[in-house]
Amino acid sequence: MSVLRAIASEFQKAFTTRMWWLLAILLIAYVAFLAGGLGAFLGWASENPDAAASAGNTQIPPGEFLAPLIYSFASSVGYVFPVLLGALAVTGEFRHKTLTPTFLAQPNRSLVLGAKFTTQLVMGAGLGVIAFVTSVGLGAAALSAFGLGTGLDNSDTWALIARGVLAMALWATIGVGLGSLVPNQVATIVIVIAFTQFLEPVLRLAASLNSVTANIGQFLPGAASDALVGASFYTLAAAGPGQSLEWWQGGLVLLAIGVIATVIGGATTWRRDVT
Amino acid sequence: MASGIRIEIAGLSKQFGAVTAVDDLSFTVEPGRVTGFLGPNGAGKTTTLRVLLGLVRATSGTATFDGRRYHDLDRPLETVGAALDANFHPGRTARDHLKVYATAAGIAGSRVPAVLEQVGMSEFADRRVGGYSLGMRQRLALAYTLLGDPGVFVLDEPVNGLDPEGIKWIRGFMRSLAHEGRTVLVSSHLLSEVQQSVDDIVIISRGRLVKSGPLSSLEGETAAATIVDSPDRRALAAALDAAGMEYTEDGEGLIVAEPDPGRVGHAAFVGGIELNALHARRSGLEESFLALVEGGEK
Repeated sequence: MSVLRAIASEFQKAFTTRMWWLLAILLIAYVAFLAGGLGAFLGWASENPDAAASAGNTQIPPGEFLAPLIYSFASSVGYVFPVLLGALAVTGEFRHKTLTPTFLAQPNRSLVLGAKFTTQLVMGAGLGVIAFVTSVGLGAAALSAFGLGTGLDNSDTWALIARGVLAMALWATIGVGLGSLVPNQVATIVIVIAFTQFLEPVLRLAASLNSVTANIGQFLPGAASDALVGASFYTLAAAGPGQSLEWWQGGLVLLAIGVIATVIGGATTWRRDVT
Repeated sequence: MASGIRIEIAGLSKQFGAVTAVDDLSFTVEPGRVTGFLGPNGAGKTTTLRVLLGLVRATSGTATFDGRRYHDLDRPLETVGAALDANFHPGRTARDHLKVYATAAGIAGSRVPAVLEQVGMSEFADRRVGGYSLGMRQRLALAYTLLGDPGVFVLDEPVNGLDPEGIKWIRGFMRSLAHEGRTVLVSSHLLSEVQQSVDDIVIISRGRLVKSGPLSSLEGETAAATIVDSPDRRALAAALDAAGMEYTEDGEGLIVAEPDPGRVGHAAFVGGIELNALHARRSGLEESFLALVEGGEK
């Protein structure tokens, strides 16, 4: 089966360079810092409401909302890592000119790109598991240290974690789509960082100010991702109640972005002459 | 091993924007022989090979293996082994590099150590390619061509960057492949790099065919000659006149239309002329090649 061979080959590509574990380590450090730190802060704040209020923190979410917020840091801040991994899986082929041996071994280019899409979906889910192990591990430890409920006895919490892993998987496919649209590796990394860390948060905030734009804003990938996962630091920080998609709609929006970008990239840059 | 495959390029043209890289090119490459694909840099050799391998789309014309395009081969790596620019991910080891593509092509993993051994790279198999010398990269590129034990080899400038020992090795490598009945197409911008190992030549210039045929067909293009010089060039010229030999003068000395330097030396000896140079002009092949290529550029 040439499809399975292509997928197996893409997994070998992913695991035979250092990129996957470098990104995994950065992801763990980033999520640990935010989930552990915020868990400890929110735990302290809910125990000392007066001190927290005097520190300017007006709205402390009730205890049962804390756990999902902290756990969802894995995807709400960590999603940039699967995007990068997925994008680098494509742009690396252009940058190192390895498309030549790749297309010599499998001349069906669509098959190769499809195999990358599938492989990165799984790699993204793997990063999702790593991120949630970190956020749940540290978050639950911080919460229970303050005598607060961890929510781990609640099936809703586990459903949220499962949806978060799915979100991370879908983000990786968006990376594949982006990489196939913008084969220049440096440009892709700049776009990923600028969009996820700056442009989209600003757009989401601006969109939430008006009900018409809020309707559009909920289709931004980050907003769709938060809708899919069901909890996020952003929903806590948002100015108003804001519009949000159903969780499954959020998932479909992410999937559509990944598929459409990959199909367009596959029909354009991926078809070009390899010189 | 799939053997006896004929490469056929027919009416091939490729334009990159306004630039015509290959212009109505036709030639065939026969199995059991090493064919040198020659031309100066920018003549369109690499473009032709990339079209043949399905990496670049032809503007018109075809490039096939026994009538089938690369894209239509059932098991491409087991039919054609190609080494183009040495393209590797610098962070991957040689072993992993080969494994990735063996998997994609459905070739048994046991071929990987076998081909590494064949090109003398076993010792470095688990080092990252980023630290390799150019010569090691060339060898790894050849290991890739051997993975599927194919009947056709397409090698783009494989001699580039090799040390004398490596050059000798690759000559033997190509000869043995052809001896086993395989088809070998090897490109070079220098005839001298490949002339000891090729049977046939295809020369292109500016994307057009200049000459194709057996290597020996080049020999007739310029007559063999002897170069001779003396501190007293005029006396030497007189001695050659006396012996009835034709000659022309250039910076190196006198170029005598006589293939045997012994006879030229004898003529000088008879005239009592002191010589400070006497040798046969290099096989004329390089001159013929350059003359053809320059002709093609006009």
